Amino acid sequence: MGRRVLVTGLDTFWGGRMAQALEADPSVEMILGLGTGEPRVPLERTEFVRADQTYSILNRIVRVTQVDTIVHTFLKTNSVGISGRMLHEINVIGTLNLLAAAGAPGSSVRQVVVKSSTHIYGASEKDPMWFREETRRNAPVRTRLESSLIEVEALVRDFIVDNPHLVVSVLRFANVLGTDIVTPISIGLRRRLLPCIAGFDPLVQFVEEDDVVRSLEFVTHQRIPGTFNVAGAGKLPWSEVASIAGARLFPLSPISTHSLAAPFRWVGLIQVPVEMESVMRFGRGVDTTRLIDAGFNYRYTSAGAVESFTRANNLRRAVGGSDPAYRYEQDVEQFFRHSPAVVRGSES
Amino acid sequence: MHRPDAGRSPSVGTGTRVPSTLPVVAPREEHPHPPLPDPRRSDVDEWGRSEHIRSITRRLYDPLYKYWFRVEWEGLEKIPTHGGALMVANHAGAIPSDAPAIMHGIEKELGRPVYGMADYFFRTVPLVGTLWARTGGLPAHPDNAYRLLHDQGQLALVFPEGTKGPSKTYSDRYRLRRFGRGGFVEIAMRAGVPVIPIAVVGAEESMPILFRMNGLAKTLNLPYFPVTANDFVFGPILGKVAYFPVKMKFRVLDPVSFDVEPGLERYSKSRVMDEAEQIRAKLQDTLHDMLRERRSVWFG
Repeated sequence: MGRRVLVTGLDTFWGGRMAQALEADPSVEMILGLGTGEPRVPLERTEFVRADQTYSILNRIVRVTQVDTIVHTFLKTNSVGISGRMLHEINVIGTLNLLAAAGAPGSSVRQVVVKSSTHIYGASEKDPMWFREETRRNAPVRTRLESSLIEVEALVRDFIVDNPHLVVSVLRFANVLGTDIVTPISIGLRRRLLPCIAGFDPLVQFVEEDDVVRSLEFVTHQRIPGTFNVAGAGKLPWSEVASIAGARLFPLSPISTHSLAAPFRWVGLIQVPVEMESVMRFGRGVDTTRLIDAGFNYRYTSAGAVESFTRANNLRRAVGGSDPAYRYEQDVEQFFRHSPAVVRGSES
Repeated sequence: MHRPDAGRSPSVGTGTRVPSTLPVVAPREEHPHPPLPDPRRSDVDEWGRSEHIRSITRRLYDPLYKYWFRVEWEGLEKIPTHGGALMVANHAGAIPSDAPAIMHGIEKELGRPVYGMADYFFRTVPLVGTLWARTGGLPAHPDNAYRLLHDQGQLALVFPEGTKGPSKTYSDRYRLRRFGRGGFVEIAMRAGVPVIPIAVVGAEESMPILFRMNGLAKTLNLPYFPVTANDFVFGPILGKVAYFPVKMKFRVLDPVSFDVEPGLERYSKSRVMDEAEQIRAKLQDTLHDMLRERRSVWFG
């Protein structure tokens, strides 16, 4: 029997990409996507269920669909345009419900994959230049995003203790850049304006979006338990990110950075997630040896991720506009998936 | 392929057994783009050091090294030309003049990079922190030291006295402070590299501290705020950067190797403290010897 996989956040970038990747895997029998809105990418065979943000319905879904794997991509890892309360609801309460459903007595779930972030390490002057998975964070927890991620991983740790027979994989991703993903950094780079803190040029890492999906798929497919850092090899100075992407640096005051940058944020000139401010000062590096030792091959280095973004951006600039937007039509999708009129396998 | 974390292996436990590998599907290779050429534009390494910027600072600093401090080395051949080693030295002068001189000398004579490990305080200062990192400085964190010395076999320089060395007043000159908690010995043991002590004479007099303003340091969030003789001679601004033209002498002591198994999480605390104390005592004795031989602060 093939695997039955539930993907959360189907309407988000990662959920959509992950579902697409799973569809191409013949060992996956059924894919169920959970989202608060409609899917934004075309999907062949993924079933879509609408749920509220905290996934209170999840317990029932898991019971009736008998999924054996949950891929939890619906964790917010940047705080732009989202309130602290909402972050808490989505990240902490959502994960809480998800783990409760996965660990319910008689549950069919055998693996849980969580897409976390390296923001969990914080960034401070006292940090080592490379965080290993077990390195403690030094920075005091100042942002809601970081505290929610810390809570999420604490929930996951408890879950592991309570359910020792399950495979639990936690991937902590560095900041992502790539051909399609839209993040506050990519928005800045598209406008050729990268905010920085005057006098600081920290070393940062990036991971390319393909490597994000591939690594999630890798641990899911190989059923590898454990916590892993995921980031492209090497580090590069913040200023070099701008120079590769052809952007200019927009220096912010090194003192009272947050409040003095407020006017620029209000007028929409720059976007700086509050959890990035310490990274823009001290940088952050994570040691990715553990995932590489487990057998994962990266396609992109940190600088390569920036280059990948830049090339896609150059293309966008040259041909203008973006890809035609996909619209989810419930009836059409239902027809293709379930109508007896459709001869299965005729399209490929 | 499995990396069972301690205490939880996927195949043990109750319920359905998880197969260790699944029906094999060949990894899909449908990557649309060819591998990208390396897009790096600068030569900044993973520690933040840039050989390019370092060579510029070396060129700027060389006249100071040659004609101002007239640095003289003794036993430079004891520093290995390849492989990791942890150099430790006494630290002095309000804004220490010893670190750049030692790093400059070794890079010039041996042609290999030196990483100076110092208090993480530097990282918080705009511009200074960046420049410090680009010229080979990095925060003294045990993880950094291990990776640098063990994994990469580089040369690192630490000042075990920490800020207690440069913050001492002129009346305490050439009296070594406590060597921290012996962390440098533990790092060298773990990394399996020798410790090479270097005795420095001259740095103390290059910027002697008359007194410290502790209240001001606290307000400015600095480790210490020195008032130096240089402030009175060169004025309060120039005095923060201008050193007296003292004669600087470095004497490299015999490398100390520890006969322990590298890579352990912990080492006997008493052994670590003993070794640290021995190195400290040897360095202190050497300093006394060098001072006995010295005829003049300015001419050596």
